[in-house]
Amino acid sequence: MSTVFGVPLPAILGQLTLGLVNGSFYALLSLGLAVIFGLLGIVNFAHGAFYMLGAFAAYIGLQAFGMNYWAALVLAPLAVALLGVVVELLFLRRLYRLDPIYGLLLTFGIALIAEGIMRDRFGASGKSYPVPHLLQGVFDLGFMVLPIYRAWVVAASLTVCAVTWFLIERTRLGATLRAATENPRLLQAFGINVPLLVTATYGAGVGLAALAGVLAAPVVQVSPLMGSSLVIVVFAVVVIGGMGSIIGAIVTGLLLGLIEGLTKVVYPEASNIVVFVIMALVLIWRPAGLFGGE
Amino acid sequence: MRGGQLVGLGLIVLALCAPLLGVYPVFLMKLLCYAMFACAFNLLLGYSKMLSFGHAAFFGSAAYVTGWLVTTRGCGPSLGILGGIAAAALLGFCVGAIAVRRRGIYFAMITLALAQLVYFVCLQAPFTGGENGLQSIPRGRLFGIVDLDRDANMYYFVFAVFVAIYLLIRRIVTSPFGHVLQAIRENEPRAVSLGIAVDRYKLLAFVLSAAISGLAGALKALSLGFATLSDVSQATSGEVILMTLLGGSGTFLGPVVGAGVVVTLQEYLSDRVGAWVPVIVGAIFVVCVTVFRRGIAGEIESRYAVRKAPR
Repeated sequence: MSTVFGVPLPAILGQLTLGLVNGSFYALLSLGLAVIFGLLGIVNFAHGAFYMLGAFAAYIGLQAFGMNYWAALVLAPLAVALLGVVVELLFLRRLYRLDPIYGLLLTFGIALIAEGIMRDRFGASGKSYPVPHLLQGVFDLGFMVLPIYRAWVVAASLTVCAVTWFLIERTRLGATLRAATENPRLLQAFGINVPLLVTATYGAGVGLAALAGVLAAPVVQVSPLMGSSLVIVVFAVVVIGGMGSIIGAIVTGLLLGLIEGLTKVVYPEASNIVVFVIMALVLIWRPAGLFGGE
Repeated sequence: MRGGQLVGLGLIVLALCAPLLGVYPVFLMKLLCYAMFACAFNLLLGYSKMLSFGHAAFFGSAAYVTGWLVTTRGCGPSLGILGGIAAAALLGFCVGAIAVRRRGIYFAMITLALAQLVYFVCLQAPFTGGENGLQSIPRGRLFGIVDLDRDANMYYFVFAVFVAIYLLIRRIVTSPFGHVLQAIRENEPRAVSLGIAVDRYKLLAFVLSAAISGLAGALKALSLGFATLSDVSQATSGEVILMTLLGGSGTFLGPVVGAGVVVTLQEYLSDRVGAWVPVIVGAIFVVCVTVFRRGIAGEIESRYAVRKAPR
């Protein structure tokens, strides 16, 4: 069996695919954060909580109604997006003229509420969600075995990222969205319902987080606290990539997932801090982040 | 500010008498430590508008260092506390030097991420006791004379330090240095164009705040006798923000009031509602941010100012 630095090659490749899976989640989550921040000027601390709620929506759907994975993939993000719309209408709406730190604090409070309620209902321990029948098993590539579900997660996330990019950069809806980011008052004067656009954008960004949660449900334990440390990693990803660019968010997310996977092979003790160390180094070297300005 | 002085005097008398009135002294020490922590945090949020989302890193690491020095290195309490402060200040310098390169919302995210880094280091470092933390830290004798194992002695020691720090923070805020910080808070580009080395001032404020947070953490470790992972956790960083916000950021007494309310609430609720404590904390956050942004002390101050205005 071939080895690299004394580690068997299949083990390295296994960790790298796991890293890529995590990277896909980082990409989806930081994409949603970037979209929300672009239009609302709010850093959504509740993003990790909405990711958790997405996973729980799938889990509850399965337990209570026998809803299968494919239905959950559509319905759970929609349900969570609806919740996001309510949060936007009730709370975030009041904060748009204020310093953005209030948005961060408010969404932090909302994350605490959501996690606390789920913890009271379901306890702190993780629940397992089965891999759907169609995606069980492995691909044997000769040099490694690749679980089908992992390949699916990466492919699905990349597709969603690409579609989102296309929607924002290449369609009329996206052009309206970018115009609203640039100058909301002027756009309103053109007869576009900007508040509606803002609400829908928050819902969509939150829905992306929930989608990541459903995708993650079969590979991680579904637990009330699954999002609270993830959101900090995603913040670091966003600081490294800069929130200005959609491509930047996606590329940085994937790259950091890979680096994290590689660290697990080379020096496992550092695997949960490597993203933060990289963030510190990037800030020392290029204070504005890799992909542009404040 | 006659009214303010009167309130302050009343609070001091109350604090001096509290142990005699039968209030549990360990609870009071905890309250004072968190109040000091919140005052240190307010130096950043209230007077320089820097929202640090990782202040537990300084509070908790000082608690660990003090606990380690006192328990395994045989240091006395004063040396232990100094060690804790030094560790927090050094850490504050490293975190601050990186974080002040970005502003506003990015500053918050960077401090949060770096504090998470500190959390994981504390989880894995050999001298922190991992998941269990450091337990039964001895209080020892202050300067070799005062026996701190007696709760009353320890309480008055913590209280004396608290009053000194409170006055120090007042002095810092009203000093020329404090005025520069407030100028940066009000209009940073203008401060830059006036030739103020903004980043250096911010860094100094950050290190000061980290050092005082460290002192609070060190005293907390000695008073309660333990230092655990929850001291360096994100939840503690959130709590100190809540105390400052609820009490009123940018006021002197606000953080003390906020710490009083939050610590009392936690003490009272944790037996009764258990898992709902984070929900209640989150709800207070939401209320504070949406309708109560001035906080308790800020609200009272502005009422007072309105009544005084017509004269």
